[in-house]
Parts: sequence; C-alpha cells; structure tokens
Amino acid sequence: MSEHNPFPDEGNTGHIWDDNLRELSNPPPNWWMMAWYASIAFVIGYGLIYPMIPLATTHTKGFTGWTAIGEYKADLAAVEAARKPYEDKIAAMSAKEILADEALSTYVEHSGKVLFGDNCSACHGAGGAGNVGFPVLADDDWLFGGTIEQIQTTITNGRKGMMTAHAATLSAAEIDTLANYVVGLSEGNADEKGKALFQSKACFACHGMDAKGMAALGSANLTDGIWRFDEADKVASAKRTIAHGVNAAGDAKTRNAEMPAFKDKLSEADIKKMAVYVYKFGGGK
Amino acid sequence: MAEKQIHEQSIEELYAEANEHTINVGDVKIHAKRMGGKFRNLKWLSNLVWIVFFIGPYLRLGDRQAILLDIPERQFHIFNLTLLPQDLWMLSFVLLFFAILLAVVTALAGRIWCGFFCFQTVWTDVFTWIEDKFEGSPAKRRKLDKAKWDMPKIMIRAKKYSVWLLISILTGISFVAWFTDAYDLWVDLFTLNASSTAYITVFLFIGGTMFLAGFLREQTCFWLCPYARIQAVMIDDTSIVPSYDVPRGEKRGRLLKGKPASEDQGDCVDCNQCVAVCPTGVDIRGGQQEGCIMCGLCIDACDAVMEKINKPIGLIKYASWDGIMGKEEKPLHKRPRVWVYTAILLISIIGVVTGLSGMESLELKVLHARQPLFVVQSDGTIQNHYTLKVLNKMNEDMKVSISANDDDFKGLTMIGADKEIVAAHGTVTAVTIFVKVPRKNLTEKSQPIVFNVEGKDGQGKLYQSKRESVFIGPKR
Repeated sequence: MSEHNPFPDEGNTGHIWDDNLRELSNPPPNWWMMAWYASIAFVIGYGLIYPMIPLATTHTKGFTGWTAIGEYKADLAAVEAARKPYEDKIAAMSAKEILADEALSTYVEHSGKVLFGDNCSACHGAGGAGNVGFPVLADDDWLFGGTIEQIQTTITNGRKGMMTAHAATLSAAEIDTLANYVVGLSEGNADEKGKALFQSKACFACHGMDAKGMAALGSANLTDGIWRFDEADKVASAKRTIAHGVNAAGDAKTRNAEMPAFKDKLSEADIKKMAVYVYKFGGGK
Repeated sequence: MAEKQIHEQSIEELYAEANEHTINVGDVKIHAKRMGGKFRNLKWLSNLVWIVFFIGPYLRLGDRQAILLDIPERQFHIFNLTLLPQDLWMLSFVLLFFAILLAVVTALAGRIWCGFFCFQTVWTDVFTWIEDKFEGSPAKRRKLDKAKWDMPKIMIRAKKYSVWLLISILTGISFVAWFTDAYDLWVDLFTLNASSTAYITVFLFIGGTMFLAGFLREQTCFWLCPYARIQAVMIDDTSIVPSYDVPRGEKRGRLLKGKPASEDQGDCVDCNQCVAVCPTGVDIRGGQQEGCIMCGLCIDACDAVMEKINKPIGLIKYASWDGIMGKEEKPLHKRPRVWVYTAILLISIIGVVTGLSGMESLELKVLHARQPLFVVQSDGTIQNHYTLKVLNKMNEDMKVSISANDDDFKGLTMIGADKEIVAAHGTVTAVTIFVKVPRKNLTEKSQPIVFNVEGKDGQGKLYQSKRESVFIGPKR
C-alpha cells in the first residue's frame, strides 16, 4: 500500500500494489441502494406480519396469525353460512315443496350443478342431454314417470328396465312386422297387420292397449317420437330390442339399461336437490 | 520509463470520454436552482391541474358524491352518468384515446406530459420548492446534506419533512376519497372506523409520495418510469422540443474580462446555468437525452443569461432538430403520422360517443343453452332452453314482460314467460325460458329468434330491449 495516491481522482480505495494495480470503489447507484434497503425492510415487515421461518416442529407465526389454509377455511365457512338457511329449508321440505318455492328452486338450479356434474352427467350428459344408451333427462318422455316424486324415487332406488327376449317365441317375420308397426306408430302410419300381431302376442300386457307404456312397469311409450335406444335405423333397432329384450337374463345381445341407486351415495337432501335439478331441465311433469 | 508513459496516456484517453458522458445515477444528489421565467410560470399553471385531484371528491350531486368510483358496488358514478361493469368496454376506447394523445403530443411537441403534467414531476416540483424555502439555495442544501446531524439541522429537516408529510397525507386521503364517500372518509379515518383497505391505501400513498417525490425524485424518470422510455422512441427530427442551437452556440467558450471573444467562438458562454436549473441534472447542450423531461426550465435560464450579456435570446429554444440544423421543416399536414394519429383519436372518440349514446336503461342478454342444444319432446316439438339476463340500470325495480317473435315460428309456445318478472335495479336478473316449436314448422337447422323485454317505470314511461338469439333444431 502506498502512502500517497498516484491516482487521486478515480475513486480508488487507496489500496495500490505493484505501482498501478489498485482496488477501485464503484458504489452502486443510489436508486439501487434505496431499493435494496426497501427490500430488507420488506422482508422484516413480512416476517413480522406473516408466517415465515420454518422451525423444527412449527414455524414463526407472525403477529397477525394469518395462514393461507386459515383464510381458506374461513372463506369456506362463510360460504357454508350463506348456504345454511337454504340447506336447512331443503332438509325440512319435500322435493315438491322445494320446487314450488321460487327462491329455493333457483338456489338448487345454481348450486346443483356440481352435484349433477359429479354424480349424473357421466351417463346423462351435462344439462341432461343424454348419451348413446342413456336417456335424455331434458325431454318430457319418462319411462318411470316424470313427476317430482317419481324422479326422486328413481334417483333414490335406481331403476332396472325389463323386457323379455322374444327371439325364441316369435318368428323373424313376426319380429319384423312388429318392429315396423311400432316405428310406424311413432310416425303416425301404423298398419293393421302389425296392430293385430301386437294384440295377439300380448305386447299390450306391458306397453298398454294404447301402446303408450306404463310408468309402474317402466315400459316405453311406443307412440311418441322418442326412443330409449335411439339408433339411426329405427326398424333395426326395434327388431333387436324385441328379439333380445332389455336386461334379459342369458341373452348376450340383450339391451343393458340400469340406473344405479343413489340412496347410499347421496344424502336425502342431495337427492331432493337432484330431483328438482333434473325436473327443471325442462321435461318435468 | 517510456513504456509507463504510454500506459498513462492510454488511461487518460479512456477516461477523457467518461467525463463527457456522466449519467445521473443518483450518486450525486441533484439540487436544481430555482429561478423565474416564462416556462417556470407555465409550469406552475400546469401544476394547478392537479387541484382537481384534491377537490374533485367533495363535489356533491343530490345526496351522493358527484364522482364516485364505487368498486364494492361495481358502479362508477360520474355526475349523472352511472357506469356498470357491462359498460367497461368503453374504457378501452378512453384508454386508447389517452395513449394515442400521449403519442401525438410527444411526436409533435415532446414530453409535454413529463415536463408539465406528470404527478412525479409536479409533486417533486412542489417538494423541492418546499425544500428550497426551508433549506435555501442549492449550495446551502449541498452543505446541509454533508453537515452533521446537530440541532439546527434536525430542526430544519423536521420542518421540511412535516410539510412533506402533510402533503403526502392529503395526497393519500384525496386518492381514497374518489372511491368512497369523501366526507364520511375523513370522519372514519380519524375515528378509526375506516376500512382496512382505506388505511392501507392511505399509508401506501403517504409512503409512496414521501419516497418518490421526496427522495427518489428524478431517479424515477431515469430508472423507474416506462413512459419515459416509450416516449423517447416517439420523438423524431421533426418534433419540436427544447433544443440547444448547436451551430449558434458552438464553439462554446467563457467570456473573458477585457478580451474579445475569439472568431470561432459561439454564443454559448459556458455558464452552466442550463445545467444548474435542470431538475433532472442533464446538460441540454448534449442534445436530446433520456433524462430530459422537456420542462423548458433551461430555456428560462439561458434566456436570462442572454439578456444579461446583450445577445438575442433563444440559444436554447423549442425547436426541431431539423430546424436547428437548417433543414426544411415539413408542415404538420404533410406528416403521415399526424394523419394516422388523428384517425385513431377520432375512432376512439367515436367509440366512446356511440357507447355513451347507445346506453340503455334496460338491457337484455340471451344465453342459449349449449347442452343440449335442443330437446325433442314426445309430441314432436323441439324445445330450446334460454337464460335471459335482464339488466336494469334504473333506480327502481321494474316489472317486465318477455316475448319473442312468434310470427316467424308457427305454434311457438314459451314456458316461464307467462307472468311478469321483477327486474331488480342496478343488477342483472336471470330468467330461465323454454321455447317450444313444432318440428314441422321449422325451416332451418338454426333460425334467428328475437326476444323482447318491456316494462314501465313508476311514471309510466315504456322501456324495452331486444336481443337476437338462435332457435336450434335437428338436422333437416
């Protein structure tokens, strides 16, 4: 280190070796230092207010005691508190009463979306649009009845449609005639030959004399334009259903149609909500 | 020793340039000299624009604040106009207008915003004025900065900081007052009843004002502000900005007593007054630069000197680079960018005007359910599901009836529209509607359907709103 500084005006620290090798001092700009001090102040302030340093079994809490999970739980509690008056009423009322109460049914319409999405829409589609092999819920054709009570029963206990396979008891020609007859029924041009066969083979036992089905049995209305098993070739589809039935034991080509029971999966209040929700798709009776 | 001499020479060369291009990085605190003049007066006038910021919230209209940006209620009140979130698209036109206005002004006349209107400039100007009042001239201030913290210094500083703090508090409260009732705010703040948001905002503003206007000052314009950088690229050789008349001023030289100036000496007497008064500490004689906020104070300083030494004023003046260099200046209407900017300004004004004139008190929006798009009913009709959203911007609830254009749809029936619906005021009321049309009466897979809501207010005045949607059926 030299006694006098041969490079006085360049801001060196005075440390000079080997004549001209020297240590300079170039402090960072003022704004940089200000920002640096501000960030130190921020860290201290943060540590005082919020949880910050993890310790062996716990962590520093900060004087506000705030935690993200605590805030989440408080928010959740606030949502549940807002819902409670509605939920209490729903628990105490029947599905029909809920439907009649405008505020409650609007609440169900808006809050039921999650429940429906979790439990129903995998088969029935969002908005009750239906899927291949699964009924549309937004129309007014119901196999087991479309009143609010009937919908609630369906969700609670599930449904399993039943139609015997007729491949063994009817000839191929008879099945053909019947298939053409029921498709014609729905299109308004049924023939007398089919009608006679429909009656002589006792199809009416389940489907009714007017072929409009019976809700108690879950038999289909054959006269309307809605098909439970909706395929492009309606006659071929009807032939398969007549020949192999629905859920017919021992027939490999039978139609599968089963709605599971939700009484063990959903609470009674949730089932009531779903009944109202489905009813309000636009097809409830 | 010849080797060492060369070495020292090269070092000198290296640093010779460094001295010319000193960049203000805040290592030396800028204490600008304050002096009167045309631009100084202009600057005080432009500073006054900010008075609106302080007194605006106290204007009343009826029983409410005339201008209230009510964020919790999602309503902006601007005198008689009430804006809801649905009207927010107009804001994009307003922002476009101001963005382009900034571009126009900057392209034509430089950083007028920076030099005369920007809150950073204005607040810093007021803060340094106060500093000047308490601490004296720049020389005295520099001395005080270096002085020990003894009693007199503490007293001077305490006075300065308390006035700064007062302005900062006023700034914070005035800002918050635009978003909540101003009179209630004052009461609540001092009775400790205001919301935590109000306190936090006020304290952030106090801290921010003190820090930015009191301490960071011109460093904000150098290192923090993006507009300073954006505006720099908008300026070209035709922009009229404060400029040093290089041909006239150079070669600069000091006046010497009893000795005539040499022949090649220009008008600049190298008195450095232009640097002394500059609030950002730049030397305008180096040409346009990032630190120049174009406030014109150097023009005042130079003109005062020129008058004193009997030379024509205007060595530093508002002029374009082309003008200074003696090039032909294009008139305004021949510059394409003027026309482009004007066009964009017009579009944004038209946007806001159409928006404001088209604002209805009753508005209908129609959402067609997407899943399912349509439902075939057992009687062969097609059912579509709509959610109608009725926005009522009036101050009272209104009963409205809903209808659709059933002329185009034979046998149309609507479910859910049989009775009148109460549209609550200041919000959106959602109504679920089912529309049924016999399949045979549909002509297209997707047909337009127009919904109409109408109702009467308390005075019997009819309001209505229409909205087109689609009616979807199966493939034909």
